[in-house]
Amino acid sequence: MWRRIASLILKEFKMLWKDRKSRMVLVVPPLVQLVLFASAATFEVTDASLGLWIEDRAGPAQELVSRFEASPAFHVVARFDNPHSVQEALDTQKVKAVLHVGQTFSADVAAGRPARVQLLLDGRKSNAALILQSYALGIVESYNLARAGQAAAELNIHPRAWFNPNFDSRWFILPGLTVLLTIVAILLITALSVARERELGTFEQLLVTPLRPMEILVGKTVPALCIGFVEANLIAALACFAYGVPFVGSVVLFNVAIAVFVLSAVGIGLVISSVAKTQQQAILSVFLFLSPAAVLSGFTTPIANMPDWAQALTHLNPIRYMVTLSRGIFLQDISWALAWPQLWPMALIGCVTLGFATWLFSRRLE
Amino acid sequence: MPAPVTLANLGKSFGATAALTNVTAAIGAGQITGLVGPDGAGKTTLLRLIAGLLMPDKGTLDVLGHAATDRDAVRGDIGYMPQRFGLYEDLTVQENLNLQADLHDLDEAARGERFATLLQFTGLAPFTRRLAGQLSGGMKQKLGLACALLPRPKLLLLDEPSAGVDPASRRELWRIVRTMAGTGVAIVWSTAYLDEAERCDSFLLLDGGRLLASGNPADFTRRLEGRTFLIDLPERQRHRVQREATALPSVADVTIQGRSLRLVLKEGGALPDIAELVGSSTTARPTRPRFEDAFVSLLLAERPPVAAPAIQTTSAPSPDGIAIEARDLTRDFGKFRAVDKVSFTVRPGEIFGLLGPNGAGKSTTFRMLCGLLAPTAGSAHVAGVDLGRARATARERIGYMSQKFSLYGTLSVRDNLDFFSGVYGLAGRRRVSRIAWTIESFGLEAVANLEAGTLPLGFKQRLALGCALLHEPQVLFLDEPTSGVDPLMRREFWSRIGGLADGGVTVLVTSHFMEEAEYCDRLGIVYAGRMIASGSPDAMKQRFVTGDLPEPTLEDAFVGLIREHDAERQGAAAA
Repeated sequence: MWRRIASLILKEFKMLWKDRKSRMVLVVPPLVQLVLFASAATFEVTDASLGLWIEDRAGPAQELVSRFEASPAFHVVARFDNPHSVQEALDTQKVKAVLHVGQTFSADVAAGRPARVQLLLDGRKSNAALILQSYALGIVESYNLARAGQAAAELNIHPRAWFNPNFDSRWFILPGLTVLLTIVAILLITALSVARERELGTFEQLLVTPLRPMEILVGKTVPALCIGFVEANLIAALACFAYGVPFVGSVVLFNVAIAVFVLSAVGIGLVISSVAKTQQQAILSVFLFLSPAAVLSGFTTPIANMPDWAQALTHLNPIRYMVTLSRGIFLQDISWALAWPQLWPMALIGCVTLGFATWLFSRRLE
Repeated sequence: MPAPVTLANLGKSFGATAALTNVTAAIGAGQITGLVGPDGAGKTTLLRLIAGLLMPDKGTLDVLGHAATDRDAVRGDIGYMPQRFGLYEDLTVQENLNLQADLHDLDEAARGERFATLLQFTGLAPFTRRLAGQLSGGMKQKLGLACALLPRPKLLLLDEPSAGVDPASRRELWRIVRTMAGTGVAIVWSTAYLDEAERCDSFLLLDGGRLLASGNPADFTRRLEGRTFLIDLPERQRHRVQREATALPSVADVTIQGRSLRLVLKEGGALPDIAELVGSSTTARPTRPRFEDAFVSLLLAERPPVAAPAIQTTSAPSPDGIAIEARDLTRDFGKFRAVDKVSFTVRPGEIFGLLGPNGAGKSTTFRMLCGLLAPTAGSAHVAGVDLGRARATARERIGYMSQKFSLYGTLSVRDNLDFFSGVYGLAGRRRVSRIAWTIESFGLEAVANLEAGTLPLGFKQRLALGCALLHEPQVLFLDEPTSGVDPLMRREFWSRIGGLADGGVTVLVTSHFMEEAEYCDRLGIVYAGRMIASGSPDAMKQRFVTGDLPEPTLEDAFVGLIREHDAERQGAAAA
């Protein structure tokens, strides 16, 4: 039995190695996506185009305006003197925000009354608008503090973010991306390998040999597991060395987690491949699974923000657990005890999907 | 009147592969021109060039008075029926016809008359409301033909219309097409069945993209007049005698035909001493040369045959005297009963053929016997093992080779052998020696390190058979092993199989090729899910000897058996 499985595993590796297309699938798309995500996907907003509508020429107003002008977050591109031109500039997306300082601002400040400024934001890009709003609030706050002098300075807040002190979004994205790229490669390999054999007719040839369905499954799982290890470690290394993401946790824990994660993914891939009749069907099914699974993983948007039913669904998703683990290991050096609540659900999912795949495999022969 | 189609020095390549080189021919009106050749000979490419679906790279092509670049003018006059059923399976027969009529802008008046004629002509009138996907293989082809004939084409191109169709429907198709030719339509009928070439008015014989011969089939076979003989043989020696006869210098070709040996002499060759060859007193009867004989002698002149050495296997014969036993095998797919209580037995060393049209249930029976499919009811024993109980043990004793090349094309020949020897559990010395044996006896030394997918068809087939024999199986399953290959390759293949059978290996073959069936010791005819007859090819033919038909072919027997069966069932239904 072990000899038969060993032959199958050796064959899988030989085929992967000799087939230029499979090698490309494993190397090129993950690299391209890594570079893309690391460079292009960022939550930070800098140099946003700002319009000014200043109806007050006095000192206090000018001081506030100059603070906006000096901020790296904003870049003043236009000045207005009436609401119509403001409206038009926002409509045509010439500016992302407009700062409006009314006529009584300086007088109110001088008199010690509450003074108001207005910030008009383009809400069509709600995420960017929220971030700009918080930048503007920060500027106004620091202006207030400067006006209030020493007395208020004692209440000054110095926020300090743990694990990602500069709020570098790469630190947030790349550990998750490592997980996502690994599962894409694993799903494609396992789902396609059986579907391809079925298309070429070699699957029937396998089924008339003494190989049992269980042995075929093991023969297909082991190579995928090895590739998952290599792929995950390679991407993680690139994230650290090429993009400066810290890796403070345990390499052993990372690889144990990846092993459990890859097994659950292999199970999903094999279920797909035992149902799909052609490679096309297999690829489509993989993406049909991946897009919702990526959304429900917390990779880009926090799970805590989702409605309850969606949050419940994320518990069935192995990516969710691995993304949490990956971030924890990269940035936080979580302990095995902290990792355990993420590890066992993944292991359970793996058992279920692999068991289901085995059942489907033997059933299809009947 | 000029010929409807003329081609001169026509060439077409796909990338680096030349599909057609330097073909010069003419296709006449009111005739059936057979486009004959094995798979990959270039038949479909030529048809698609004529239909205007491809543009030639070289040469000139004139269709109905228009050059290849100016095909739109005559598009309406060309009827083309592609190889695969080109109609909509989810529409009914009538809806398919309506759609085709709409596509050809037929007006209401013309339509009614045309439909009536074609439906009556093809015998599809009772089935107009049936979904096209639920028609039998033969009826699908007739519907395809009706659709191609709808706009009254002047040129009708048929791409392997008879492939996989049962012989009775095949004869129907010929009748329909023959009538069409009588009305002046030029018809091109492509086929890999060499016996069909003899029914054509003229033929174009393609091999590897080249035009090997053309003209009138009777003239083509007449060259061999006086050189073809039949020799009656005792049952158990046929393969040995065949091998010895092949080695004789005056003999061009030897094939097994039922219980006889068919001998084709070389040009000027003398008839060898039959008594010495066979070892008993028997004589050689002269027989009519066939198209295949002429094709083979042409091929032999070009490439001398590779001598296939006799294969000695050490697999032990089954102990109980029965190698394969099917008992009331039944298989349902949903409500459809694909196989209904099929029973038969095969003795060790016997070559047994399951013969039947596509969709009759022969593949389902075959798949149940090699353990790819579990029966709904009934049992199957192979090599002394009950497949229902010990499928894995049975698999160690069977070899399997399918019609499609089903090895790993990206791996080298040696990697494939390594892999299959491994999954069959061979190890150590035995593994090394079996691989060496395969490479040697199948002549694979020169290609051992090449990618299997890049090999020529003949080598692929040898490798596939070699892989199936690595573990010295007692029973060998062959799924249409030589359909569509050229006659020389088929001979080489079957001479190896003959050697195996002599060594005690039991062989089960499925086929819809009459030529393959001739190689079998016994046949089981599968039709509509049942085995309607079994026996030796000769015995089957014998039943249908009449005054008009002193030497019936296997196809005659097949058609006769199906008719008897249908009549019986109708009788039973009426009673």
